[in-house]
Amino acid sequence: MPDQLVQLNQLTVQFDDRPVVDRVDLTVRRGDIITIIGPNGAGKTTLIKAILGIQRASSGRISRSSRLVIGYVPQHLSLESTLPLSVRRFMLLSGRSDHECLAALERTGVGHLVDASVHHLSGGETQRLLLARALARRPDLLVLDEPAQGVDINGQAALYDLIRQLRDELNCGVIMISHDLHLVMAATDKVICLNQHVCCSGYPADISHDPAFIETFGHQVAESLAVYHHHHNHRHNLHGDVVTSAGHHGACDHEHH
Amino acid sequence: MSIIDSVLDDFFWRALLGGLGVALVAGPLGCFVVWRRMAYFGDTLAHSALLGIALSFLISVPLNIGVIITCITIAIALVLLSRTRALATDTLLGILAHSALAIGLVTLSFMPDVRVDLTGLLFGDLLAMARLDLLWIYGGAAFVLTLLAILWRGLLMSTIHEELARVEGVPVERLRLALMLMFSLVIAVAMKIVGVLLITALLIIPAATARRLAKNPEHMMALAVVFGFIAVTGGLSLSWHLDTPAGPSVVVTAFLSFLLVYSTARNTSH
Repeated sequence: MPDQLVQLNQLTVQFDDRPVVDRVDLTVRRGDIITIIGPNGAGKTTLIKAILGIQRASSGRISRSSRLVIGYVPQHLSLESTLPLSVRRFMLLSGRSDHECLAALERTGVGHLVDASVHHLSGGETQRLLLARALARRPDLLVLDEPAQGVDINGQAALYDLIRQLRDELNCGVIMISHDLHLVMAATDKVICLNQHVCCSGYPADISHDPAFIETFGHQVAESLAVYHHHHNHRHNLHGDVVTSAGHHGACDHEHH
Repeated sequence: MSIIDSVLDDFFWRALLGGLGVALVAGPLGCFVVWRRMAYFGDTLAHSALLGIALSFLISVPLNIGVIITCITIAIALVLLSRTRALATDTLLGILAHSALAIGLVTLSFMPDVRVDLTGLLFGDLLAMARLDLLWIYGGAAFVLTLLAILWRGLLMSTIHEELARVEGVPVERLRLALMLMFSLVIAVAMKIVGVLLITALLIIPAATARRLAKNPEHMMALAVVFGFIAVTGGLSLSWHLDTPAGPSVVVTAFLSFLLVYSTARNTSH
């Protein structure tokens, strides 16, 4: 399979003649971690759904490489509590073997919950279950819609770290939506700031100085991110290990470009 | 042969056999009604069955066919109308349910030469079960259960999370249509036993009772069938001995077992 997984070309999605996603160009390659940020109503989820193929484009083109396997982690798993469902059963519905499902659960750190009901999981456990389900499909492209929602602050950092490790193990592309600007800036290769159209995009360190970014998020956010970048490659994860910045595109060594 | 014949000659046994056949499909489909929050939707389809009966008389086609076709038409209309988002779905369902019922009743009143037992249609009739009806019920049940088994994984997945299912290549829209076809069939065959006003109860109450005890989706369906059997057997016996209307008696029995299970069983389900 070629390195290029998905390519958007002037993609536009309109609701009632109002463009929600406006002429977006985007390419996702193997090994990329691309994060979409932007204010509420910026069309982030719509863009993701268009990439997933569950939202029709009004104009423009989406090309996916043939036989692309997508692992999707939806925003909320608002499961109907009237449906009795164990973690194991939910995993097996992916069509993968029991062994593969267990391995995926172990990898995301929720292997011990295999016999639990999906209705009794915490927010963080649910996100890890969803990630395991996407992982079991051995995806070429991992698509995550606010993966750290409902996860406490320490868990968030560990979760983004896990996503980065999975990218390395699967050699897949990752595209995600996030509101956790601080963590995203540290964990991602490329940031796309969306406000219907792409208002700016680039490496995390560069983007926080971009006038369009500052206009969208305000000076305070931009400055706090710039400050943060001087510290982030000394961050520790939950186990106390030093975490280096993602993909070595990290802030400090590239800031002088 | 003679035993079977004497059983089938007895209207009570015919009604009981028919009722058990209905419960056999009402259980599994009722679970989908509960999981997908389609109770009001089921009501609307059931009410439109009366319109189907009126139309069948009007153009003289067999009742079952008329009801099935009317239900499917209303179901598709509902899906298309709810996509426009001009009105909230529950408002839309309320409009269609009661309009279909009212149009059915008005149409029937325009046909004075057609003698229909309206109470029987609305609340079910123990005496109405003919041999041909049994054939319809068990044929329909076999068809619906086979279809459910074939489409099972996709149906379950699209019920759990529709978008996730679509990303994984499950044909969500086609499955929704298949489910509606099955509902229409069940309503057409269940109508005679419990009547159009109470069909939804036979779908929902056994499934809701089963939820309390169920470990997994299949377990819930099997339990819903068992509670359906209890409701039908108890209700029809009540109707036979005390001369109460068949449909309400079945629903009262279902409700009593629901109360019993929820007041005694500890919640150990998943």
